[in-house]
Amino acid sequence: MAISEVTVKNATLLAIDQINASGGVLGKQIVPVIEDGASDPAIFAQKAQKLIQEDGVVTVFGGWTSASRKAMLPVFERFHGLLWYPVQFEGNECSKDIMYSGAQPNQQILPALDWAKQKGYKSYFLLGSDYVFPRTANLILKKHITHDGLTVAGEEYVPLGGTDFSAIVNKIKVAHTDIIFNTLNGDSNVSFFKQMAAAGLTPSKLPVMSFSIAEPEAKAIGPSLLEGSYAAWNYFETLPDPMNKKFVAAYHAKYPGQPVDDPMAHGYLDVYVWAAAVKKAGTFNIDKVRKAAATLSYADYGLGETKFISNQSLEQTAFVGELQPSGEFKIIWKSSGPVAPIPYDPLSFPGKACTI
Amino acid sequence: MSESVLVGGQLFNAISVASILLLAALGLALSFGLMRVINMAHGEMLMMGGYLTFVCTQIFGKGTGFLVGLVVAFIGTALFGALMEATLIRRLYGRPLDTLLATWGVSLILQQAARSIFGPIGVEVTAPAWLSGSISIGGTVLTGLSIPEVRIFIIALAAVVLGCVTLLIARTRIGMYVRAVHQDRAMADALGTDTRWVDLVVFALGTGVAGLAGAALSLIAPVTPTVGQGYIVYAFLVVILGGLGSLTGTLLAAIIVGVFSATAQIWTSVSFSDVLLLVFVIVFIQFRPRGIAVSRSRALDEA
Repeated sequence: MAISEVTVKNATLLAIDQINASGGVLGKQIVPVIEDGASDPAIFAQKAQKLIQEDGVVTVFGGWTSASRKAMLPVFERFHGLLWYPVQFEGNECSKDIMYSGAQPNQQILPALDWAKQKGYKSYFLLGSDYVFPRTANLILKKHITHDGLTVAGEEYVPLGGTDFSAIVNKIKVAHTDIIFNTLNGDSNVSFFKQMAAAGLTPSKLPVMSFSIAEPEAKAIGPSLLEGSYAAWNYFETLPDPMNKKFVAAYHAKYPGQPVDDPMAHGYLDVYVWAAAVKKAGTFNIDKVRKAAATLSYADYGLGETKFISNQSLEQTAFVGELQPSGEFKIIWKSSGPVAPIPYDPLSFPGKACTI
Repeated sequence: MSESVLVGGQLFNAISVASILLLAALGLALSFGLMRVINMAHGEMLMMGGYLTFVCTQIFGKGTGFLVGLVVAFIGTALFGALMEATLIRRLYGRPLDTLLATWGVSLILQQAARSIFGPIGVEVTAPAWLSGSISIGGTVLTGLSIPEVRIFIIALAAVVLGCVTLLIARTRIGMYVRAVHQDRAMADALGTDTRWVDLVVFALGTGVAGLAGAALSLIAPVTPTVGQGYIVYAFLVVILGGLGSLTGTLLAAIIVGVFSATAQIWTSVSFSDVLLLVFVIVFIQFRPRGIAVSRSRALDEA
């Protein structure tokens, strides 16, 4: 398990413990069976099959990269299971056997563009690691940027884990852009921000909006490099929501001093929504549970008012945060209300729709 | 105007990338050229150098810590290299496949050790204050171009290291032994040269230079357990392109690779320039199978 997956697992187990402590579901206690996908999509698929067939679990919470989800998808469809996926992703997928609680592109990336437009930024530089999420995210962004009459100052990709940004920093310098939209993954971010700072381009001089930097990443990279940069998520640890305060306090009681982030909050929410859906359906039957989940009314599990809608994705609010010297995000913007999830962006993928 | 800044900036980046590649490949060229040992753990020597520098900056602060780190990285990885040579590689001479497997094993062990000690997320070495600025160029067509001081430092470091290694091999007694073993191992042995000792020194020197490369890299990129993996392929590329056992060849190859990718990146993305680079090397090797500088050596004739 990658370090960020372990924390999602912890948050998921916290929700299970809390539900068990308050009497369980339909008079039964939840017994977690934990499997490790070992960051290998093939093992994710193998473990998913084991959980459904050998362990006979009633539902599965997890998945991390899009590659892991894509590998598990046929397993869940074939052996009839239900997967609750907690991570923001590139959309373009829709299966009745998966509940997508992480943000669709129109709930994270496009709200960030709305915020940038309101700030008056006209020229955008798109930078990402070379894999499916940044490529798709930037495809959608480009369509919307040009559709709104704004300009794309440049678009660059580095191989996953890449550390040499000399050429890209050079191109950014001559592109005269207003803001960088950054979908770099993992340690590449450190190299990028370091080499930008060495060239005199700190986030205070040229704003950077990142889509893969949450609280733990900010802590690891070091707030000094990132201070003043922006991030877009559907959850920040600093959300002034009473339910969130309870969640963070409970998590810190168990894991003191560890940051809480968006995928963890979604992992926590997923268990509660599943439990609520089981109670409403009155059964653990997968088809009845997923249908019940999509008909629940708005509820607050720490991310503000959220609910699953008929395409089995989560309606949720989008936030923009600015990184503080303390390593926390100060929330500076939020969408005007919960945003309905759209798996297929109509401007980029016309004619495609989700049919469950 | 911005066009000339882009091109000017890329020319500088070409030299910068070349200097990093040279540092990463120099040690490999030494051990591969002289001993025909393919050291798969060479990348991990970079990684080790980076972590040693990190530890030094934690202990001594970022100013002096970095300078101490350079020395500690060189000595630390050189000692580790010597240990590796004496305990493992020496026992596997003439068995290139076994060496390949054994050093790959060492590489995996070192990566996992780094993961256990420092965690899977990279640690960061902050550049000392006197290296954290950049030099702006004004008054010419290149107005607007600014050159980061850390990159100038790495170029200078690479030049100094190359100079020292060249002097060592061309002018010193031990360098003479190294050249003798390189030209004809059996004859040098017969004339009383302690070839085992020469191998040990060369291997340790090679890993020490890799450690220095890791220390330099830590200024521009995070130190992660797998940082070496990103450079080992390019280092091998430079060694093959340069010609086995030739320092001049290695230098030329590093510059060619640096200029090639920096120029390609003016028009294409980083990913695609990597593709072009590999195609270029494959084509080049078709026409010059022994690389840029062909060095005469009986050891190589037999191979």
